[in-house]
Amino acid sequence: MGVDSAYSGSEYTSMRSSIWILIVCGLLAGCDFRKSATPPTPDNQAKLTVFAAASLTNAFTEIADAFETTNPSVQVILHFAGSQQLAQQIKLGAPADVFASANRLQMQTAIESGRIKGGTPHAFAHNKLSAIIPPSNPANLHTIEDLAKPGLLIVLADIGVPIGHYTHSFLDRAALLIEDSYKENVLANVASYEQNVQAVLTKVSLGEADAGIVYTSDLTGNPSVLPVNIPDPLNLNTVYPIATLSDSSYPEIAQAFTVYVRSHEGQRILAKHGFISEDPA
Amino acid sequence: MSRRTALRIGPSWWLMSLPLLTFLILPLAAILLQSRPGEIVANLATPTASRAIALSLKTSLITVTLTVILGTPLALVLARRDFPLRRTIETLIDLPMVLPPAVAGVALLIAFGRNGFIGEYFGLQIPFTQAAVVMAQVFVAAPLFIRSAIVGISKVRDELIESALLDGATTWQTLRFVALPIARPAFIGGAVLTWARALGEFGATIIFAGNFPGRTQTMPLAIYLGFEMNLDVAIALSVILMTTSFLVLVLVRYLMNA
Repeated sequence: MGVDSAYSGSEYTSMRSSIWILIVCGLLAGCDFRKSATPPTPDNQAKLTVFAAASLTNAFTEIADAFETTNPSVQVILHFAGSQQLAQQIKLGAPADVFASANRLQMQTAIESGRIKGGTPHAFAHNKLSAIIPPSNPANLHTIEDLAKPGLLIVLADIGVPIGHYTHSFLDRAALLIEDSYKENVLANVASYEQNVQAVLTKVSLGEADAGIVYTSDLTGNPSVLPVNIPDPLNLNTVYPIATLSDSSYPEIAQAFTVYVRSHEGQRILAKHGFISEDPA
Repeated sequence: MSRRTALRIGPSWWLMSLPLLTFLILPLAAILLQSRPGEIVANLATPTASRAIALSLKTSLITVTLTVILGTPLALVLARRDFPLRRTIETLIDLPMVLPPAVAGVALLIAFGRNGFIGEYFGLQIPFTQAAVVMAQVFVAAPLFIRSAIVGISKVRDELIESALLDGATTWQTLRFVALPIARPAFIGGAVLTWARALGEFGATIIFAGNFPGRTQTMPLAIYLGFEMNLDVAIALSVILMTTSFLVLVLVRYLMNA
């Protein structure tokens, strides 16, 4: 295209400034601040790659730190994304040692890829659903029944995301227990199907949506949204399974990590972040 | 512009250009090889695909139209007038192009959301609408047109403008019959780049406009979510997006050289 000699002096200058902006953005995007804070790792250190559901972000970051403290020769590399994305990445051959999924369906996808042995995943945590509203509560919502009022702006996670799938199960159950038209009326209010639970939280906390549905663990330490309780008969008990990949370069360490997650210490950290322990004592 | 340099580019240069060329073409070839023509046709008939294609075409064409109508005066002002802060304004206009699209989406949401600067005073509901899709596209793609148009207008020599004015042409006539014809290739090129960028827009759209099939789910959004749900639909849409973009680029090259 015609960008040859046409640049006059001032355009050249502004092009140069755009390039500077590009360079700075590139540098910012390329830096991993967490890594740069830790000393360079010796070559003999094992790097364990853990793929974990986005909803586990805070809990697994803390668990990984604790695991590294107990096992100084191991560096845990965490990769968080929607479980459905992680399952697809595993299917397409992404290198990973451990997979922690937000539901059994996506673990099943990973098993079907042949990289995880059937029967090896263990449940390690549970979660429930909660409706959320912005602190200003613009639509004046107080109970879960209110979500069916006409004219609301509700954001849900897409049905391909575990939380979106669970949300639909909840709506089916509510249609039976509250009112036949409940699911239909709630879905008529949906403004957007978001690609992960974080996006639902963000849009509700900014007040752009009147309500959304997330995991109860997402409410822990998050004052920017208020919960609207989903009563137990309507609520679901969601299961998080964890498994090691059969082609892992560090099968023993990967195994040790999954054991650690299910240990007393791992469960304590998960509980601190709002998850329900696998084995309530 | 001249299409060939006088330098002799020998076989060793060809060899050195191969790695990048291969790298650029391989992923495109991979997606084409992964797809089956029969499946593409079948997947295109699904409501997800057809609604996404229709929405993408509609919104990206509105984006281009708006950008050309509103961007031309801006480009004229920036190319022809020397006023204070001109360079600063030009750099600011470039900024949406280099920002990560997600940042653009958050910025739009904060500015035009219902709790944002505009929403709070005018009570407008913009997020989650088709208007939001167009706004996200204009925000990230219009700078490409403006930049190209400025370059095009700068190519018009001052003597030409002066002689037209001396011959009694009005400002409007001078622009219409002297300046714009000379700058035409740059305008077309800029409009096409804007259109292509708008068609591929993802990050700002999913944040500002959300994702709702038939209302705000454009092709890139359907591809992204389809990757997780239904890889075949995602691949079919990707092939369509690639083919359309390729054909338009070919058409534009033809128009600009004609």
